[in-house]
Amino acid sequence: MHPVTTVHYLVVGLALLLIGTIGVLTRRNIVVILMSIELILNAVNVNLIAFSRHLQDLSGQIFAIFVITVAVAEAAVGLGILIALFRNKETVLADEVDLLKW
Amino acid sequence: MNFLDHIWLIPLFPLFGAVVMLILGRRFDPQAPSDAALAPGLVESVEDHGHHAIGAAKFLVSLLCPGMVLLSFLLSVGAVIELASTAGKVHQVIQFTWLAGLPFHRADGALARFSADWGFLLDPLSSVMILIVTGIGFLIHVYSTGYMAHDGGYYRFFAYLNLFVFFMLMLVLANNYALLFVGWEGVGLCSYLLIGFYFHKKAAGDAAKKAFIVNRIGDAGFILGMLLLFALVGSVRFLDVNAALAGRAPETSFGVLSVLALLLFLGAAGKSAQFPLYVWLPDAMEGPTPVSALIHAATMVTAGVYMIARSSALFALTPETSTIVAAVGAFTAIFAASIALVQNDIKRVLAYSTVSQLGFMFVALGVGAYWVAVFHLYTHAFFKALLFLGAGSVIHAMSGEQDMRRMGGLKDKIPVTFRTMFIGSLAIAGVPGLAGFFSKDEILWQAWSSPLGSKSIFAVGLVTAFMTAFYMWRLMFLTFYGQPRMDAHTAAHIRESPISMTVPLSVLALLSIAGGWIGVPKLWSVFGDGFRAFEHWLEPVFAAAHSAEEAHHEASVEWLLMALSVSVAVGAILLARRRYLSKAVQEEPEAEAPGLLHKILLNKWYVDEIYDFLFVNGLAKRGGTLLGRFDSAIVDGGVNGAAWLTRFTSRFSIWWDTWIVDGLVRLSAFTVKVWSYPVRLVQNGLVQTYALMVMAGLAVILGYYMSR
Amino acid sequence: MWLDTIFFYVFALLALAGAVLTVTRRNAVHSAIWLIVSLLGVAGLYLLQHAEFLFAVQIVLYVGGIMVLFLFVIMLVNLDQAARERQFNKQWWVALACILVVSAEAAYVLYSGADSFKLAAPARASEPGNVEQLADVLFSKYLLPFEVSSVLLLVAVVGSVVMAKKRI
Repeated sequence: MHPVTTVHYLVVGLALLLIGTIGVLTRRNIVVILMSIELILNAVNVNLIAFSRHLQDLSGQIFAIFVITVAVAEAAVGLGILIALFRNKETVLADEVDLLKW
Repeated sequence: MNFLDHIWLIPLFPLFGAVVMLILGRRFDPQAPSDAALAPGLVESVEDHGHHAIGAAKFLVSLLCPGMVLLSFLLSVGAVIELASTAGKVHQVIQFTWLAGLPFHRADGALARFSADWGFLLDPLSSVMILIVTGIGFLIHVYSTGYMAHDGGYYRFFAYLNLFVFFMLMLVLANNYALLFVGWEGVGLCSYLLIGFYFHKKAAGDAAKKAFIVNRIGDAGFILGMLLLFALVGSVRFLDVNAALAGRAPETSFGVLSVLALLLFLGAAGKSAQFPLYVWLPDAMEGPTPVSALIHAATMVTAGVYMIARSSALFALTPETSTIVAAVGAFTAIFAASIALVQNDIKRVLAYSTVSQLGFMFVALGVGAYWVAVFHLYTHAFFKALLFLGAGSVIHAMSGEQDMRRMGGLKDKIPVTFRTMFIGSLAIAGVPGLAGFFSKDEILWQAWSSPLGSKSIFAVGLVTAFMTAFYMWRLMFLTFYGQPRMDAHTAAHIRESPISMTVPLSVLALLSIAGGWIGVPKLWSVFGDGFRAFEHWLEPVFAAAHSAEEAHHEASVEWLLMALSVSVAVGAILLARRRYLSKAVQEEPEAEAPGLLHKILLNKWYVDEIYDFLFVNGLAKRGGTLLGRFDSAIVDGGVNGAAWLTRFTSRFSIWWDTWIVDGLVRLSAFTVKVWSYPVRLVQNGLVQTYALMVMAGLAVILGYYMSR
Repeated sequence: MWLDTIFFYVFALLALAGAVLTVTRRNAVHSAIWLIVSLLGVAGLYLLQHAEFLFAVQIVLYVGGIMVLFLFVIMLVNLDQAARERQFNKQWWVALACILVVSAEAAYVLYSGADSFKLAAPARASEPGNVEQLADVLFSKYLLPFEVSSVLLLVAVVGSVVMAKKRI
């Protein structure tokens, strides 16, 4: 059994990123899309932690903290927008919200 | 007192009277204005006949207004006496420049500025006129105080009458055509006001309007003539015009001067009731009788004669127009006389007689015998005023009746009126020794002998003289002789007129006898030169016009013609006597001669009907239809056309806007749309599509970097 | 050492399976539950990388904070309707194709560059604990970003309140 290297973490991070991206690009439910965004941010965090460990540099972890901060803010604002949207349009489906065009 | 320099005061006295009357007059007149509708004399027949007491206020009016005219008369007499002793017998008083226009180019190219003075000219011609106007005017004012005593609107009547005298004096005293025109229009206005004095009667109002409107036709000619004259000469002052025309030779063909003279004649024909425009004068008899006497017999209607006499220097240069003047005058004379032959209204006979006599004056003007025209004007003023006032007195006595067929036998009941009218009728008939004889005979002689005259004009004049004598004596016989034909009630009220009316009648009768003796024929050399004062008096005025005259004629011919005219007059009187004193006619004058000619004459040759047909109906009504058609076709057509054009252009504009402007906009939009269609597909507003784009871009960029 | 490897695969499996199930579940509540699983897996991975502080933060903040927030919203918003609808949009196949391309490219990059990551195993840090070290760096070198992030959170709080409130 191969020892776990940094590349393993990177692969996991990449997989998480792609799965999250698939969720963002294909799901209609905005709640799930927001969750997928969390997945992507986690994928980034996995990468940051992996490199932090790999390079023996704590900046990666610091950055991960900031990413989590941003993720929290993003989730809060995103869910607030979702509530406002649902109140006005009675929908949570992303492809029914298309006013901003042409 | 220097009268000559104060001639400008002469018109101001009557103006003062008129202004006072118009402003304060209502307070002097206790009678309600509605009484004005009553015809003269009607009131009297109802009221106590002997009652001639005039209220204090009326007394004031009847003192003030004739008094003003009397003052003017005295001033005029003083001025004329002073004028007689001056060398040139011309006196001009210019007070100020009244009209000042912009400069413009005259006909000959020189620069001139239109200007007219407020100036007065006293020369022999205007002195004759002011004496007539103020003298006869005064007499008629006095007469009116009696005649109008029981009419409503007493003050109004005198206000208008005074105003008329003012304008008439302005007319005859003006030193230029423009100021003359002021008086000319002013007397027209007063004529209008006085014809329509009984404005409650429709006939009076219609007659007033007719007079005013017909006069406008002539006035248009006068204005055009005046402006043309100014364009030719550069001044409208009489003395300047005469001086400018003095050097010219008479026109041999119908040139610009002839046109000018013809235009002035058109004005004169309107004012003096010559043939095409005479129709207003008979209708003007709707006014009170003193007005007929003063305005429509003695003074205003002679304004045309005066004006042409004033322009004699011009007319002497235009033989062709002079011939027209003579022809029109002769035709008017015989035409009006023929109508007068059969009229039954006493005033209408006199009205047509006036038209006829004015025709005589124009004959004299036309043949170049200007002084004779003025002479006839002067004598005619006496005897025609006398006849009108006498007729007024008759109407007064007859309780307003004007139809001669219901008169008769008045001779003994109103003796003063009868005697004075007898004299007047003799005078107008041309019985030797009376005023009318001298002037009329002189006209006939001039028509025969003058180089501009002709035998045919003389013949027409002679026939007219015959008719004149005939219709005047028909009037006399029907009115004063024979048996009374009025009803009992009217007959019971016949009284001689008050002294205020009979005195003017007597004075005028006296003048009708004596007035002619200052112009006896040249033939009557036994009387010496003093009896030909009138001609000599006027000589300086017409000096320019008399240069190429005085062809020699046989004295025997003149004697013969004189005898002929006298015998014609006497014959006519006898014929009238024979016819209208006959029992049949006296008993039943209505049934007289129902011949075709009589009917035509009674209907005044149907001229009024022809005018109605041609102008009133033809022009006004049918012209109204024509104008209506013009309105609907051309004016409305223009409007509709404009509307159609607007609609068309707007339609085109819409088309242009829709297809071209919008089309271009749409085309560009469409082009952009077409080209942006693929891009637009991307911009579908779905956030996931945008994210997909990001991913696709990422894939491409990664691929690019890896393949490099 | 193989224990590490086993734990790595377990946690990686948890994270990826949770992620896949999060993305694919019809019911949003189920998605949230599977997201918790996935986040826990990632937290495990943090622990394996000696990032104890982040492990704690991941558990407390994500699983405790954000997920509760998600579930609250799910309760507030009526998702029954959405659950009966189609769950994937019309462009899913394009998106999938894109992802495949990108993953292939990324995999190629990783595969080709994997050798450069074969570093020596990191030395065991005997220094003060992870939290202490992190605090040293965070409050000295990254003090300003830290403070700025507080402002960011404040803005997020205000923003979400403004968004969610019916009438301000």
